[in-house]
Amino acid sequence: MSHAAVEAPKTFGMMAEFDDHQQLIKAAAAAHAAGYRKMDAYTPYPVHGLSEALGQKPTKISSLVLLGGFIGCIGGFGLMCWITMVAYPMNVAGKPNYSWPAFIPITFETTVLVAALTAVFGMLALNGLPQPYHPVFNVDRFKRASQDRFFLCIEAVDPKFDPGSTRAFLAQHSAEVMEVDA
Amino acid sequence: MSSHAATATQPNLDRVQQVGLGAFGAGLALCLFGLMSNPDQVMRSYLTGFLLTVGLPLGSLVLLMVHHLVGGQWGMVMRRILEASTRTLPLVAVMFIPVLLSLPVLYKWARPEVVATDKILQAKALYLNVPFFIGRTVFYFVVWGLFVYALNRLTTKQDAGDTDAKRRLNNISGPGIVVFALTVTFAVIDWAMSLDPHWFSTIFGVIFMVGQALSTLSLVVICLAILMEHAPMKGLVRPNHFHDIGNLMLAFTMLWAYTSFSQFLIIWSGNLPEEIPWFIHRLHGGWGVIAGMLIVFHWALPFILLLMRFNKRKAGMLSKIAILILVIRLIDLTWIVQPNFNPDHFSLHWLDLAAPMALIGLWLAFFARQLKARPLEPTEIDRLAASAGHH
Repeated sequence: MSHAAVEAPKTFGMMAEFDDHQQLIKAAAAAHAAGYRKMDAYTPYPVHGLSEALGQKPTKISSLVLLGGFIGCIGGFGLMCWITMVAYPMNVAGKPNYSWPAFIPITFETTVLVAALTAVFGMLALNGLPQPYHPVFNVDRFKRASQDRFFLCIEAVDPKFDPGSTRAFLAQHSAEVMEVDA
Repeated sequence: MSSHAATATQPNLDRVQQVGLGAFGAGLALCLFGLMSNPDQVMRSYLTGFLLTVGLPLGSLVLLMVHHLVGGQWGMVMRRILEASTRTLPLVAVMFIPVLLSLPVLYKWARPEVVATDKILQAKALYLNVPFFIGRTVFYFVVWGLFVYALNRLTTKQDAGDTDAKRRLNNISGPGIVVFALTVTFAVIDWAMSLDPHWFSTIFGVIFMVGQALSTLSLVVICLAILMEHAPMKGLVRPNHFHDIGNLMLAFTMLWAYTSFSQFLIIWSGNLPEEIPWFIHRLHGGWGVIAGMLIVFHWALPFILLLMRFNKRKAGMLSKIAILILVIRLIDLTWIVQPNFNPDHFSLHWLDLAAPMALIGLWLAFFARQLKARPLEPTEIDRLAASAGHH
């Protein structure tokens, strides 16, 4: 890191390491109670009750998916109407051009399709993914977040963040507290 | 959490028993009154009531087997309710006797003078004849009864500490579901589809099975809401359980719409003269209004209500949705059965309400009695109590 001397690395946040999820949940709840808001936890597997401990708000994804479903529903039905009545009207088995029962399977499929696509891409967008660089990986030990360790990182953008006091706070809960370079 | 002995007194179940017997008494009096003026209508309405009632032990049987195969907490809290419901099967079998005694009133193929002038019915007589019909019905009930007996006996052993019971419950349930699907399909072909012996639909059995699961889940929700007022279910039943059951109800609501609409779409597309009369009778006039009601109240409304998370986590709200579903199940079965007797005009009789009320009332009383017979919480639930701590 040759240019590190020119510009001192700014701090992304303060990270604490835990052996199991109970310690992590306890620390996350304590951090939330202490007034920290800009923080995130990293675990090898989904941990029940962690989002509640971190004070995360319920996700907006379900309303997005509902909206996607609506668009798919109306779009699919509209597409079928346009095809059979405007673009390519054709006599099929003597039935009227507007034969709505035949449109229902397509409408159902497009509803599910657009809802599912909204779920996937909405999830990526709300998570800020794809993200090629994230400062937490600057910590060497963070590799174990995908193996057997649990991490809590309080970020420097939090108004309550202060290198000294935040480190002291996390040290109450964890033996391993590290500074994360930005 | 091992208060297994404290289940003997369940004041709420006593009340369910009384309400059930009351409904039975009132319904029975009305049916006897109806017998004097319109005996045929009594049996027609009775058949609707029977089809609704038989769905509860049958739906319970298949949900039990599904739970023994896949596990999960949702099934643990409802296991005793489902088991009590399956043990009502002998009562339901007895309830079929009046139908057997009045086959010519209900089924065209059982009237020799109709068969004599109908080539199609003569060709089908090899299958649709009275002795074979009775034989098949006895066979269905014996097969279901064997599964009910085996499942109930094994979980009793399991409660007593038999660790091998779980494996055997598994081994029975897998083939059991296959046997169930086949026998129920044939049973509803016999009992409901053969009311219009010229008509046929291959998805008919599935529609009934989905309806049975839906009414059973609704029964379970109402039972849990009643039982959770007292120990041991108090504290044991959590919002998570209602959420899981609500999700299952949502899935079965969708499945009902999917299968019912598939049946319509295929027959509508084919437009064949031997298939369409069934729908023509049911989509015009008053029956057409009922068909529209089914779309709104059997699919759209429960679908929207069950989509919302907070509706599924509250016992009170989910019970209201469950009651709506049970009422609409009766209307759906009425719409399937009654137009066979009056194909050309809309006709609802007060007996269409009275006869199902008598049957469901008697069933409820018997069910509550069965529910009191065994501890409400399976011992296996203690094993899961530790994992429940995460929620």
